[in-house]
Amino acid sequence: MSKSAIFTGLVIFIIVALFPFWINLGEIKPAPEPELLGKAKAAKKCVLDKIDMRANHMSLLDEWRDSVVRNANRIYTNTEGKEFEMSLSTGDNSCLGCHEDKSKFCDKCHNYASVDPYCWECHTDPKEIK
Amino acid sequence: MLEIAIKGSKKYWIWLTILLVIMTVGVAAYIDQFINGLMTTGLSRDVSWGFYIANFTYLVGVAAGGVMVVIPFYLHDYEKFHRITILGEFLAIAALVMCLLLVVVDVGQPVRLLNLFLYPSPQSVLFYDVLVLNGYLGLNIIIGWKVLEAERNQVRPPAWTYPLIYLSIPFAIGIHTVTAYLYCGLPGRGFWLTAILAPRFLASAFAAGPSVLILLCYVVRKFTKFDPGWEAMQTLSKIVCYALIANVFFFLCEIFVVYYSNIPGHVSHIQYLFFGLHGYNSMVPWMWTSIILMLIGIALLIIPWLRNNEFLLPFTCVMIIIGTWIDKSLGMIAGGFVPSPLHHVTEYAPTIKEVMITLGIYALGLIILTILYKLATTVKEEVRG
Amino acid sequence: MMKKSRRSFLKVAAVSAIGIGAAPAISLSSSSNSQSTSNAVKSKNHEAKTAKRWGMVINCTKISDEVAENIVEACHKNHNVPDFNHEVNTEKYPNTRPVNHKQEVKWIWEEHFKYAFPDKEDEFLADKYKNLPFLVLCNHCKSAPCVKACPTQATFKREDGIVIMDFHRCIGCRFCMAACPFGSRSFNFRDPRPFIEETNPDFPTRSKGVVEKCNLCAERLAKGEQPYCVEASEGAIVVGDLEDPDSDIRALLNENYTIRRKQTLGTEPSVYYIM
Repeated sequence: MSKSAIFTGLVIFIIVALFPFWINLGEIKPAPEPELLGKAKAAKKCVLDKIDMRANHMSLLDEWRDSVVRNANRIYTNTEGKEFEMSLSTGDNSCLGCHEDKSKFCDKCHNYASVDPYCWECHTDPKEIK
Repeated sequence: MLEIAIKGSKKYWIWLTILLVIMTVGVAAYIDQFINGLMTTGLSRDVSWGFYIANFTYLVGVAAGGVMVVIPFYLHDYEKFHRITILGEFLAIAALVMCLLLVVVDVGQPVRLLNLFLYPSPQSVLFYDVLVLNGYLGLNIIIGWKVLEAERNQVRPPAWTYPLIYLSIPFAIGIHTVTAYLYCGLPGRGFWLTAILAPRFLASAFAAGPSVLILLCYVVRKFTKFDPGWEAMQTLSKIVCYALIANVFFFLCEIFVVYYSNIPGHVSHIQYLFFGLHGYNSMVPWMWTSIILMLIGIALLIIPWLRNNEFLLPFTCVMIIIGTWIDKSLGMIAGGFVPSPLHHVTEYAPTIKEVMITLGIYALGLIILTILYKLATTVKEEVRG
Repeated sequence: MMKKSRRSFLKVAAVSAIGIGAAPAISLSSSSNSQSTSNAVKSKNHEAKTAKRWGMVINCTKISDEVAENIVEACHKNHNVPDFNHEVNTEKYPNTRPVNHKQEVKWIWEEHFKYAFPDKEDEFLADKYKNLPFLVLCNHCKSAPCVKACPTQATFKREDGIVIMDFHRCIGCRFCMAACPFGSRSFNFRDPRPFIEETNPDFPTRSKGVVEKCNLCAERLAKGEQPYCVEASEGAIVVGDLEDPDSDIRALLNENYTIRRKQTLGTEPSVYYIM
């Protein structure tokens, strides 16, 4: 009696726990490449090396926002001596100032990975306003 | 011990189901608030705290009131309270859970609540309030559980629980003192800016908490085979009486200082509460009701033959609970924020959604209380029977 | 015996589960300073205006109703402060609920003398002051009660005296609003975006659930520009370094009789009014 109950429970648990796998069965998509356009394409290198940006851009942005908001330091000089505006969207030297198209750059991976950073609840993509 | 909670009569389950339904309604209202923001409330730029924080303040008092059975029993070996200390401790647990939830529903960005611990700010009174509230909750859970477990096994509670019990006494005083400091340390709010606030909070807590406890004793007597003892309840009613007198006395001290000194920044708030200001007077009937209920409460408790009337006592307690609730929750918030620092008058009334969320939290508190009291009374029945 | 050991097993299992859960979080926080960023430098803009302690002088005699309106508009428009009187674009924001005007947001606004200076209320106040628009805003107090009250340091005081908010960190407890003796703070009771007519892309909007207030245009000072209110004031508002004896603002304070709001409370406001 209790044996069968336990097994039924176990089976249900396993099915539920594997939800992310079976729900996506059959629709495997390749990971998207974020598109580098215009200035970003010409620049070749971002603030850090590509591999570092890919892995750590979120903690870099986190550092930046603390620096700008809390320490009033707004300019970031990287190891090569190049200066950047520590801002998502203000000015030509900010993230979106270089990566012209948010939807083809940020959103592409974020949508694929199903992450929804709350940056854009407050910060604005200048292109979306117009 | 928890297995006791899942064996109950039909009445027990009906009662829990009703509470669960109320809680679900509250959850639904909260989902709306979570998505759309605190616009669902009656709060405003001028009155930025309301029903949630008002009830929070009151329930901190109820939680602290539990210490009124702990002190006589553990410090003065008052044996009559032996049967009800656990009831006081369990009441504190339920009240504290409600307090913490009321704070959670009050903040605008609940998902960021961990920032309280990621960026602790020792200069903020709220930091200490979070510490003492959680500390007192933890202490009561450990103490209540261990003492009840020991009673069930008919042994003495483990020795290490005693230091915790003694520690819980300053914590009880602490939660309400720190909660008062939230208000009374603010330079621009004349109504709160008074050293009597913490003592007054404690006095009203020691009236409200034991009143709730007396009512619960009646409920326990009616629905279980466990009798908390009439003598214990009578002693409680005396505690309520003196605490209530102290509360009213402190209030009158405040009235004297405010009106005799006649400093506008202090007078205007009390004027608003009791007589209305610039034609705004929605608090006036409430405040006078509160004063009248508290005065009647004192009269009914101070005269021995009225106090000892078993039929009258629960009604007296209800009056005192309502009176102190208006005084400490509604009055404390409305009085503090009206008029605003710029002396504009913006009145506040909670919205239905706000009330629903609050009732949902009260329902959850009652569920916790019901389950804990079921454990306590069943164990006590077992041991005696 | 059997029961006991199962229990202790569960305890150990629970503790290790917490450990496993916490490990990634711990390693994440310790690795946030990745190696390649450690040689980088963060600095101020070259043209940034700096001060030991920023302060403001408002010459009330120079502020007409029109000037006051321009100032308020310049500040609010550029800082994306929502205007609840703005008609919502229902295509872009369908199902927007009706507004409660008591939940408005404002950084700088007009008040009559008796509200701006309630402790200086005067039965026989000169007529010319009675209807003047007095602009009120955050006082950037030297000893700010809001900074003390904030439980997460989301409101803090910068080295240059500006009391500023970190909107990323604010949990929306509104303790600062209770603490501020000047009613300078507003809470975002709802998403402000439907009520912003034209969004300034150079400044963020806010999300629902956070408190906001005047930031003394920290973002403008950083670029070497004057605050919006100063620009729109036609010379009535001056912002400068209170600690610098040679500054314009100190010269103004030296030449004129000035008052501050509720200075008896000891918060030391940095905004002065020339009467």
